Amino acid sequence: MSGFFSKERITAGHGYNRWLIPPAALAVHLCIGQAYAFSVFNEPLTRVLGVSQSTPDDWKLTTLGWIFSLAIVFLGLSAAFAGKWLEKVGPRRTMFTAACCFGGGFLLSAIGVKTHQIWLLYIGYGVIGGCGLGLGYVSPVSTLIKWFPDHRGMATGMAIMGFGGGAMIGAPLAVTLMKFFQSDTTVGVAETFIVMGTLYFISMVIGSLAIRIPPPDWKPEGWVPPAVPKKMVTHRHVHIDQALKTPQFYLLWLILCLNVTAGIGILGQASVMIQEMFKGGISKEAAAGFVGLLSLFNMGGRFVWSSASDYLGRKNTYFVYFALGTFLYSMLPGFSGQGNIVLFIASAAVIMSMYGGGFSTIPAYLADIFGTKYVGGIHGRLLTAWSTAGILGPVLINYIREYQIEQGVAKADAYTTTLYIMAGLLTVGFVCNLLMKEVHEKHYMRHDEVENGVE
Amino acid sequence: MENSENSHAKSHPFLLVLFWAYVLIPLGWGVFQTLKKAMALFH
Repeated sequence: MSGFFSKERITAGHGYNRWLIPPAALAVHLCIGQAYAFSVFNEPLTRVLGVSQSTPDDWKLTTLGWIFSLAIVFLGLSAAFAGKWLEKVGPRRTMFTAACCFGGGFLLSAIGVKTHQIWLLYIGYGVIGGCGLGLGYVSPVSTLIKWFPDHRGMATGMAIMGFGGGAMIGAPLAVTLMKFFQSDTTVGVAETFIVMGTLYFISMVIGSLAIRIPPPDWKPEGWVPPAVPKKMVTHRHVHIDQALKTPQFYLLWLILCLNVTAGIGILGQASVMIQEMFKGGISKEAAAGFVGLLSLFNMGGRFVWSSASDYLGRKNTYFVYFALGTFLYSMLPGFSGQGNIVLFIASAAVIMSMYGGGFSTIPAYLADIFGTKYVGGIHGRLLTAWSTAGILGPVLINYIREYQIEQGVAKADAYTTTLYIMAGLLTVGFVCNLLMKEVHEKHYMRHDEVENGVE
Repeated sequence: MENSENSHAKSHPFLLVLFWAYVLIPLGWGVFQTLKKAMALFH
């Protein structure tokens, strides 16, 4: 069995078509992307006992909010701590483990719903499922980077676009299944968890079976690496542990963290924000449409911006994210004040596309700076920035907003300060990106170390 | 390389189309559902 999962077993032959790898990566990312649609379960989970309406013994929304938060924390932790392991065992074993964790997490949560034990949901979806998210996120991305050395950005964009698209599948699928299973005695969440957990397990296993790694020294047909490497793109490799000793790792950590925090500024409260900033002009349905539009731009941006970074260069692409993001965030309160809803929506959509682009361009940026050999493990460690932003971002934004409202600021105006703070965070990100340069010579691995591998 | 599942295999174009369809059809469905929801913004 261990042979079946081994790297040797999944090393492709020289004629292997590399275009079979992106769908294998997508088969995993489209599943784990469901995490961003977990909120569709929140309202039904508040009436598991009462069914038609919530009873005093039912779970509160604040209690349920921890499930998603735990999943994001364990996404970062598992990706960070399993970094070395996933580089050692290869993508098939990692993706299969991710399938077991993510599918198993759903099944354990189903038991938790049936027995009304919240800790089973925390451990099931939050901890075990979160580990599935982390392992499933990183492994296909680093594999794709190795298959597409000529289009790293496009390759990572394809996979990470799947993560954005996963919520678009997960949300309507969950709603359809809950409607199908609900009755006078059940809200249908446990049954939906069982079906979705099984479907996601199967799909992720298919991805793990189809994944392949390129043979050593493989290059795409007709592609010749530039004799003189481009600026800020190395052909050498930095070891996973050594990467943590470079300032570049921490600058990239901040770049990701700030970009994600700023994006969450809009994404987390888009529906309420647009209704309050255009009082009376936006219905509840239209606000839900606004959230849908942002999701589409979030997904599309992951592919478009990351692909563009192959031509613009990674550093320049992040300059665009931070400069344009700062400008657009600063303009949003003005558009709201003028009642210019078209420009408001267009700006928010572009901001969201760059939020998505920030996620998908970062693995290619890492590969450019640290080389491809340990990029999966290094990417895993960098994802702690996402976890941090996922927790701190909403806390920061909600705290500032509530504080202002308590001080007597009108609800619509309370967003102005929040949006300016987001613009400020992006300016700091701009400076971090400005400080990025090539890794110092001493951090690169020697040729013999690359050949023999270093523990 | 002898133990590899693909040491002699070349991928069939049909397999390629099938595998891409396997991921793009659900993704297309999800995008369509989201677009339907987003249209409410323009009504």
